[in-house]
Amino acid sequence: MGLKEKHLLDMQGIAPEEIKLVLDTASSMKEILFRSIKKVPTLRGRTIANVFYEPSTRTRVSFELAAKYLSADCINISAAASSVVKGESLVDTARTLKAMGADVIVLRHPHSGAPYHLAKLVSACVINAGDGTHEHPTQALLDLFTVQEAKGELAALKIAIIGDILHSRVARSNIWGFTKMGATVRICGPTTMIPVAVERTGAHLYTRIEEALDGVDVVMMLRLQLERQQQGLFPSIREYTRLYSLDRQRLALAKPGALVMHPGPLNRGVEITSAVADSAQAVIDTQVTNGVAVRMALLYLLAGRFAGGEE
Amino acid sequence: MKLLLKDGKVINPVNKTITIQDILIADGKVAAMGKELAASLNLDLDESTDGRSTVPVDSNSGFQPVFFNNKETSKNACPPIFVINVKDKYVVPGLIDLHVHLREPGFEEKETIATGAQAAARGGFTSIVCMPNTEPPADNQAVISYIQQTAQKTGMVNVFPTGTITQGRAGKELSEMASLAEQGVVAFSDDGAPVVNAKLMRHAMEYAKMLNLPVISHCEEPALAYGGVMHEGFMSTMLGLAGIPAAAEEVMVARDIILAGLTGCHLHVAHVSTAGSVELVRAAKEKGIKVTCEVTPHHFTLTDEVVSSYDPHTKVNPPLRGKVDVAALHAGLKDGTIDVIATDHAPHTPEEKELEFEIAPFGMVGLETAVGLVWTKLVIPGILTACEAVAKMTVNPARILNLKKGLIETGGEADITVIDPNLTWVVKPEEFAGKGRNTPFSGWSLKGLPVVTMVGGRVKWMKLDK
Repeated sequence: MGLKEKHLLDMQGIAPEEIKLVLDTASSMKEILFRSIKKVPTLRGRTIANVFYEPSTRTRVSFELAAKYLSADCINISAAASSVVKGESLVDTARTLKAMGADVIVLRHPHSGAPYHLAKLVSACVINAGDGTHEHPTQALLDLFTVQEAKGELAALKIAIIGDILHSRVARSNIWGFTKMGATVRICGPTTMIPVAVERTGAHLYTRIEEALDGVDVVMMLRLQLERQQQGLFPSIREYTRLYSLDRQRLALAKPGALVMHPGPLNRGVEITSAVADSAQAVIDTQVTNGVAVRMALLYLLAGRFAGGEE
Repeated sequence: MKLLLKDGKVINPVNKTITIQDILIADGKVAAMGKELAASLNLDLDESTDGRSTVPVDSNSGFQPVFFNNKETSKNACPPIFVINVKDKYVVPGLIDLHVHLREPGFEEKETIATGAQAAARGGFTSIVCMPNTEPPADNQAVISYIQQTAQKTGMVNVFPTGTITQGRAGKELSEMASLAEQGVVAFSDDGAPVVNAKLMRHAMEYAKMLNLPVISHCEEPALAYGGVMHEGFMSTMLGLAGIPAAAEEVMVARDIILAGLTGCHLHVAHVSTAGSVELVRAAKEKGIKVTCEVTPHHFTLTDEVVSSYDPHTKVNPPLRGKVDVAALHAGLKDGTIDVIATDHAPHTPEEKELEFEIAPFGMVGLETAVGLVWTKLVIPGILTACEAVAKMTVNPARILNLKKGLIETGGEADITVIDPNLTWVVKPEEFAGKGRNTPFSGWSLKGLPVVTMVGGRVKWMKLDK
């Protein structure tokens, strides 16, 4: 079996068996990463276009390596933020890529929903690499993979996601992903950064980090965008840190051996202390490695099956 | 030219009656109306006679005039009387839309006064009120005069301009409201740009009261709405789109109602969209404050769930709200809290609209789908009777604007719309008379269509089988 759709646009619409397929495939891919020659010919002759309308080193490099390890040709297109303002550039870029015959387009875009717009315009497979404050499905898949690898089973686990949930595409994708796999998701942050009616996603809402951390298997810290302070969403970094920073003392409230995760980049000393980020419980570097394996799995599942978007 | 509308179900929205009557139109006025009027005129109406002729239709939109049996056999061989058989169709006072964006001057690529007026005629509207957010804004007599003259030249429907409340719609200084009134504006509004300064709004209301004209308020607290692109709720959470809370509207509705109470000015709240706004208006009316309000067809038809596709055609301000709000709008229509159905017709070009949801402009066209939605979503399901629905599109807006319109009566101006309540049709934006194609209703099947639009006794749009 394969994925149902030729695009990966969100975690909300993906089925648990599809998630399982991606994670299983990623396991085989990870093995390749530890070979002395990290290259297989699987996607030779396929073209992957990384189209990034937002600066991102981590995600772009991760996709690029994934493509190269699978022998696909990979091109990177970074659009300046200014050209996005009028929006035509997405349509025009889509046309160009279509004409050039890219098989997979990986899109990072500052506007929620942009990948849906692109998917309607091109025949290639579209992978959402983060759209606005909507979703970041490949991040959720690599997080699921990392947790499954460490804990064996996803069902019955408790995950706490801490921080600015309102603006976090990572949080949204992970809420759907972990919930679908049978885990319990707790979200925690100041009320000003909690989206309306978020409980309807199935997540449990907390405002006190101590309660949210109590007995969880996984703690996922989100990056705090410091400019949110000017928008009146929290009074000061000092108070935010006092209320929501993950330090050793708070981590002790979670289950012994609980995983500490962070999608990066970190604000050390703000949402997480260095002592915790560099501790044995932190799997932040593993997340990065697994990101490559999961993206290899996705490219394989999509580009391996659809050439130029055609099966 | 004389015209006879024969056998129609004539709606009187004032008395709330429906009677089968003939209406004779001569010299732009309703000359006579009554049962069996055709017989008393000694018209030879033998259906077998094959005297085919054409009712002259003013529309220059390229539509084929429709042929049907015509009898020109008035006894003294006077000028011919054109007969339009409107049996089983509603004959209603010409519809009035008190919230339209005609875009001219300044944004002619979106719509012009001519194309907007064509769209209005097609949608059954004989009078439209255009909002002043043009470029330059309608904040001076010259722009108002330009709109009036252009509309007159177009000669399709009556166009009543509104003037701005503040100069340049900037919310800083009052427009020359008395001069605008002299030039013939029917109301004041900074539509799209709420007057944030409460003191200035107070003075605008005081001044408008002196001029005996209503203030139409686009109620939105900009700081609360800032950055929002859709209704704030579970859908905005899921879609990762910034929300506009219901409170952004309600805070301003409450403020303006309080100011209307203070000043005695007639406040008309544009496009109410939330349950809270309906409740505020209801309470204000009970207190005797001079407040009226309108709702758009898209707000009483759609919820924020349709945004899930990120289709920019569903992006509108105020945003499509939740189920509870739509239910409250229905209740408000039914109990009379909501006086008027208006379209907030807001055309945009495809280049502007077919962008990523967050950067596409707000607004949808409405003139050509309004009657279909009113019938399909309100009249057929029994939320409003045909009389009640028609009142909200005729006599009620006429009263709010102090227009001598909204009723078919002998001696009155012959602004008449004929609605076929049984005609099912499919919304095809590519066939719209207006320039805008930005509708979320493309492909919808609707029941109820205006088949004759008559302005001052002249047929501006007609679509009849025979």
